[in-house]
Amino acid sequence: MDKYSQIILLGIAAGIVARVFMLRNDYRSYPSYPHGYVTHISLGIIAAALGSIAIPALLEKEFTAVTFLVLAAQQFRDIRNMERETLSKLENYNMVPRGFDYIEGIAKTFEARNYLVMLVSLVSSGTAVFFNIWIGIFAGLFTIFISGFLMRGDFVKDIAIVKIGELHFERSLLMVDNIVIMNVGLEDSKKRILKEGLGLIIHPKNDNARATLNNLGQRQAILHDVSVLVGSKLETGEPDWTPLMRKDIDTGKLALYILPNEKDVECVIQAVYQTPILESAVQKPLESKIGRKAAD
Amino acid sequence: MEIAVKEQILAVVTVYPEKVQGNFGVFITKNDQESQQLALLLSRILKAMVHNLENGVYIIVKH
Repeated sequence: MDKYSQIILLGIAAGIVARVFMLRNDYRSYPSYPHGYVTHISLGIIAAALGSIAIPALLEKEFTAVTFLVLAAQQFRDIRNMERETLSKLENYNMVPRGFDYIEGIAKTFEARNYLVMLVSLVSSGTAVFFNIWIGIFAGLFTIFISGFLMRGDFVKDIAIVKIGELHFERSLLMVDNIVIMNVGLEDSKKRILKEGLGLIIHPKNDNARATLNNLGQRQAILHDVSVLVGSKLETGEPDWTPLMRKDIDTGKLALYILPNEKDVECVIQAVYQTPILESAVQKPLESKIGRKAAD
Repeated sequence: MEIAVKEQILAVVTVYPEKVQGNFGVFITKNDQESQQLALLLSRILKAMVHNLENGVYIIVKH
């Protein structure tokens, strides 16, 4: 076998393992269909191939080969557009939409995962060239682990505490504790909301969390995930059951109202905790001097 | 593509028509019970939400 064949094969294999590892089929159910898998694994293979030939190509003084990486970057940027377009089109028929921030986050993740695959392949083939194949395997696995760890991102449980709130009406205003959610006109709807609805209060842990949760895209992501995980009774043409989140303008805490399929408080709280924090929503006023001063 | 008028009063249901002025579709009822029933029907037909203005006037708004 040619001296680089084994190394390139190793790089490709490491890249594919990384892509499969990152292609977790989670509750966001995307991509949950076989064709989605095929698309992403195929692109993953291309990324892995590109990553693993880079270093052997350089060593052979084939500098033009490296320029293909530039082409690849362009190619993978299209993945983001593809994901964005698909998800945006599906959005119209989503009972509780994901929101554009969530879609952008998913699209960005899919693009980034291909770069990570390239990195894994590059590291494993590179170390295999300079040391030996076993160290290459180890380095590949280590990079997969590290990239998984670094790409984890935060969840609502990291920045907020969720407690049950009291759902009640003040005349026609639906409220969770002291936060107004909406005006409900129909008496039958009111009775049903009091009987089957749930109200939660989300307390941000600090001013950074407060600013992040203030983002409407982040709130929509929470509502979407909760509706997917515990189910919502929302039906088209019956807006009284729309899950909503509103803010207490004085303290920054958020009230969440939902009419879940099963009135299981613990599950709904866990569903909120498991919602990812969107990259586009993250704000860190406490990192600045002014923010810190304003916070005290 | 679905086109709908949003964030606007689509219809008004009330026992007191004198409380409403302007170019709305006003449905006049005999009592609050009838208002509730009519508002429910209108909300389902228009796929919109019923809001209570707490003065005997209900409005139907699509959000």
